[in-house]
Amino acid sequence: MTANTTAYKAPETTGAGGTPARPPRRRGSPLRRTGWTPWLYLLPALVTLGGLLVYPIYQLGLISFLEYTQAQVSGGEPTTFVGFGNYADLFGDSQFWQVLLATVVFAATCVLATLFVGCALAVLLTRVRALPRLVLMMAALGAWATPAITGSTVWVFLFDPDFGPVNKVLGLGDFSWTYGRYSAFALVLLEVLWCSFPFVMVTVYAGIRAIPTEVLEAASLDGASQWRIWRSVMAPMLRPILIVVTIQSIIWDFKVFTQIYVMTNGGGIAGQNLVLNVYAYQKAFASSQYSLGSAIGVVMLVILLAVTLVYLRLVRRQGEEL
Amino acid sequence: MKLSARIAAPAAALVLAGLTATACAPGTSDTDATSDDKSGTLRVWLFQEVGNKPKEKVVDAAVAAFEKSHEGAKVKIEYIPVDTRAERIKAAFNDPKSAPDLIEYGNTDTAGYVKDGGLADISDAFAAWDEAKDTDPAAKQSVTVGGKVYGAPLFVGVRALYYRTDVFEDLGIEPPKSQDELIATAKKVHKEKPDLYGLAVGGAYTYGAMPFIWAHGGELADETGVTYEAAINSEKARKGIKAYTSLFGDDNCPAAKCAAMGGNATVTAFASGKAAMAIGGDFSHAAVEEGSVKGKYAVVPLPGVEKGSIAPAFAGGNNIGVLKSSAHRTLAVDLMKQLTGKKTQAEMFDAMGFLPTYTDVRDTVAKKEPFVEPFVNTLGAGAKFVPASPAWGQIDASLILPTMFQEIASGRKDVATASDDAAKKMDAAFADAG
Repeated sequence: MTANTTAYKAPETTGAGGTPARPPRRRGSPLRRTGWTPWLYLLPALVTLGGLLVYPIYQLGLISFLEYTQAQVSGGEPTTFVGFGNYADLFGDSQFWQVLLATVVFAATCVLATLFVGCALAVLLTRVRALPRLVLMMAALGAWATPAITGSTVWVFLFDPDFGPVNKVLGLGDFSWTYGRYSAFALVLLEVLWCSFPFVMVTVYAGIRAIPTEVLEAASLDGASQWRIWRSVMAPMLRPILIVVTIQSIIWDFKVFTQIYVMTNGGGIAGQNLVLNVYAYQKAFASSQYSLGSAIGVVMLVILLAVTLVYLRLVRRQGEEL
Repeated sequence: MKLSARIAAPAAALVLAGLTATACAPGTSDTDATSDDKSGTLRVWLFQEVGNKPKEKVVDAAVAAFEKSHEGAKVKIEYIPVDTRAERIKAAFNDPKSAPDLIEYGNTDTAGYVKDGGLADISDAFAAWDEAKDTDPAAKQSVTVGGKVYGAPLFVGVRALYYRTDVFEDLGIEPPKSQDELIATAKKVHKEKPDLYGLAVGGAYTYGAMPFIWAHGGELADETGVTYEAAINSEKARKGIKAYTSLFGDDNCPAAKCAAMGGNATVTAFASGKAAMAIGGDFSHAAVEEGSVKGKYAVVPLPGVEKGSIAPAFAGGNNIGVLKSSAHRTLAVDLMKQLTGKKTQAEMFDAMGFLPTYTDVRDTVAKKEPFVEPFVNTLGAGAKFVPASPAWGQIDASLILPTMFQEIASGRKDVATASDDAAKKMDAAFADAG
């Protein structure tokens, strides 16, 4: 009780006096106050995070343990607690494992491709003159700024078997890109790559610009090749940036939805191109099984957290402070 | 420092406890009506059709008649976009306060909406309504769930075979009289004119494929007292699936293009002159008329297995139902009768071309407009309906049947395996829906 009163008074003290050195009115010590001040400043952020992050996740977790479909939402049937029933359904569904595997492989490929292209173009940016650099930057920003749904629609049209210019240029006749599983995934991969490499490129480019030129100069004076400079000088110095873009890319590419949904018409022929997010959409919204959809959401959350933590640990073990 | 942690922990716990107390469980709304006012404003949601003006005129006339005969009652009509109707109607069920009293809905949604607790049981009113006895059996089935009636049919939609008269004349062939002839004709046309699909089929065109299953005596699912059991893997159903999927291939409609097509895509292919035949609805008339084949096509009922028979078609269409949450139940039922009565349906046909659900009204309009004759004949031969189970919405949304057709059409699975897999998934959905 007393502790609470002190806690309540703490802001008053600092607020009224404005001088941190002013002695507190009641048995507090300066040590105690410095303990509270950071929390006070963090409070708005914590409340926002709590409301926008913790609470929805809590609801997501809660719903995943209930039988909660449209009938429950609109009051046709009572909501019941089913424990791990939704998870049992999910893990017992062979399609789920197939979709999960496809998602992991697809996301991994996307991340690697995005990082490779993004870094390569970032290095290229530092090596070209102002005009081509401007053109490349504008092109990348254009791709970045295009909404995913617009980009996907345009890409589908470009690769259309009947009217698409790509097949005409490549002389592929009426080859349908979306018919085969791998060609459809490849097409989506290209689109995802196209709209996500600019983020990597711009971030890494900014990072490279921040590297002191003497270091790079010294390396090239020593006769290091471009590849060697990247591997032994730039990459180690850019490590914090690379970590961030990698994690970002993992999260984005694992959660790909729009591209698959639009380009393969909701998951491809016989569901061959389903990824976890589209699968969750099918379950949660199209067929109104909100609880099953929530269970998929929780599984995705756990996977992403695990991947991120493992990745951070690996990086840390190599001696990087974060 | 240590002390502050000791305060922070309970404080955080307190905040969390507060949050949990206010929102322990996800929301559930109470859709039961509390009163039955005999006056006031009735709110109605109808679908916004392409070219909605004529529909509005008919509805306005019906509403004026209703307001005249019901002192103190006002009607407010709202036209909702078809694309987002599912969300709108779900939202109406979730929030009874902002929900309308009457809604128009697609008839395959009936069982789902009933399970959701959204629609009111109006069996008594329907039974006592003199006009309702002329309702087409398939249309009546589309408002019936578990023996109870949840709305009145507004119109039916049915599919038949569109074919190109110029192409058939050119090749000296007649419209097919049986399913075997249909398949043979399709392949013959494609052989003679390789740039045309013989019969445009789609792997995702479930309602175009169903007549093939039904024609062989197969069923999607059998009613087993309280629930349903998938019958898509029965011998008879498999024959139909085999017949339909035999149309995917380089000799008619290449799987690489056709496996992904849905109903609209096949009709578009026909309308743009890329197909010699297509399975289209009476409601596809306008789209075909706008295409390049205008004046060069005719329609016959889709042939069945026996020569000269008609394959049972799927009786699609829309219904009008009273919401369970409506506070004006009696008035709402009266308005529903007004909107779906014989007079309004006859006018709606003139305005929009929607086929009436009353057999006698339908026969009258068929005489006026020869175009609808094959569709009326198809309905007369006995149309069928999807299982009246809330699971149907889920089966439809999880693309179980399109997946099956696509698996077979693309050669990934044979008919037996694919239909067994589909049956397993359907049974899981039926079990889920209880």
